[in-house]
Amino acid sequence: MTIRLNGEPFDVTDPATIGTLLDLLDLDARRVAVEHNLLVVRREAYATTPLKERDEIEIVNFVGGG
Amino acid sequence: MIDSLVIGGKTFRSRLIVGTGKYPSHSVMADAHRAAGADMVTVAVRRVNLHDRSKESLIDYIDREKIFILPNTAGCYTADEAIRTARLGREVGLSNWVKLEVIGDEKTLFPDNVALLEATRVLVQEGFVVLPYTNDDPVVCRKLEEAGAAAVMPLGAPIGSGLGIQNPNNIRIIKAQARVPVIVDAGVGTASDAAIAMELGADGVLMNTAIALAADPVSMARAMKLGVEAGRLAWQAGRIPRKEFASASSPTDGLIGTAAAK
Repeated sequence: MTIRLNGEPFDVTDPATIGTLLDLLDLDARRVAVEHNLLVVRREAYATTPLKERDEIEIVNFVGGG
Repeated sequence: MIDSLVIGGKTFRSRLIVGTGKYPSHSVMADAHRAAGADMVTVAVRRVNLHDRSKESLIDYIDREKIFILPNTAGCYTADEAIRTARLGREVGLSNWVKLEVIGDEKTLFPDNVALLEATRVLVQEGFVVLPYTNDDPVVCRKLEEAGAAAVMPLGAPIGSGLGIQNPNNIRIIKAQARVPVIVDAGVGTASDAAIAMELGADGVLMNTAIALAADPVSMARAMKLGVEAGRLAWQAGRIPRKEFASASSPTDGLIGTAAAK
């Protein structure tokens, strides 16, 4: 299925959860935050939040800033 | 008695808050933070770069035993974007604090105070400790405080401009009326600017560019630390009033070659 990830189309095999997506991207769950269809997802819910076609995901981290 | 900075129930030894952006390298940044004696630094919240995974992680260069991380909402132009960003910053999991920025103009990066007030109200309701970046308008600062901001952060001059404290009288007025800490945030260029902010009664100073883009960031960080301390001490020491004319420091009697006093 195709989701929108950080503003771009991204293909991921169904079934997938936010947890499996982070694994696929080799991202450390403790260093990022995830927004799923405009809602922030609690870290505890990554493994149990399924992804669906056309879902909008934002994965952010801390970068330098003032 | 230690002169600590208390914001939102949390105590900081340092009155100098430093950013993490624009440094020549993460390692210079870490050295600058140490030289500044900072115990709070700001970070921005941005999309993970999924295409370039080679970049080192900023967080690895911040000593979290000693330094508290304050996420900002830089780059947000609406209350909604700022609220979403603040929530994401909180979810990274380090705290419920946010340096709230809602920008109103691309060139000056001045705040959109209407949207800022709205975002402050929402985030305070959601339990955030909100430190809003605003301009040197005492009325807006009062409204932000009434909305529940844990501190108010009036700018000295536009972000990154290095122009120093453009409206000292307004900063003085803001401090006189505030019942939460006043942190001068943005526009500081050199150590004397930081000292001036503290001499106006500010509780702290926040800066990024002045240190990160100095020719020698680590030396400038140390200069800023000293500037903030000097300004704070001068403020506490009670300066002399300004006078229009002179007031001699040496006695006016006992001068040679004059008639003796009777």
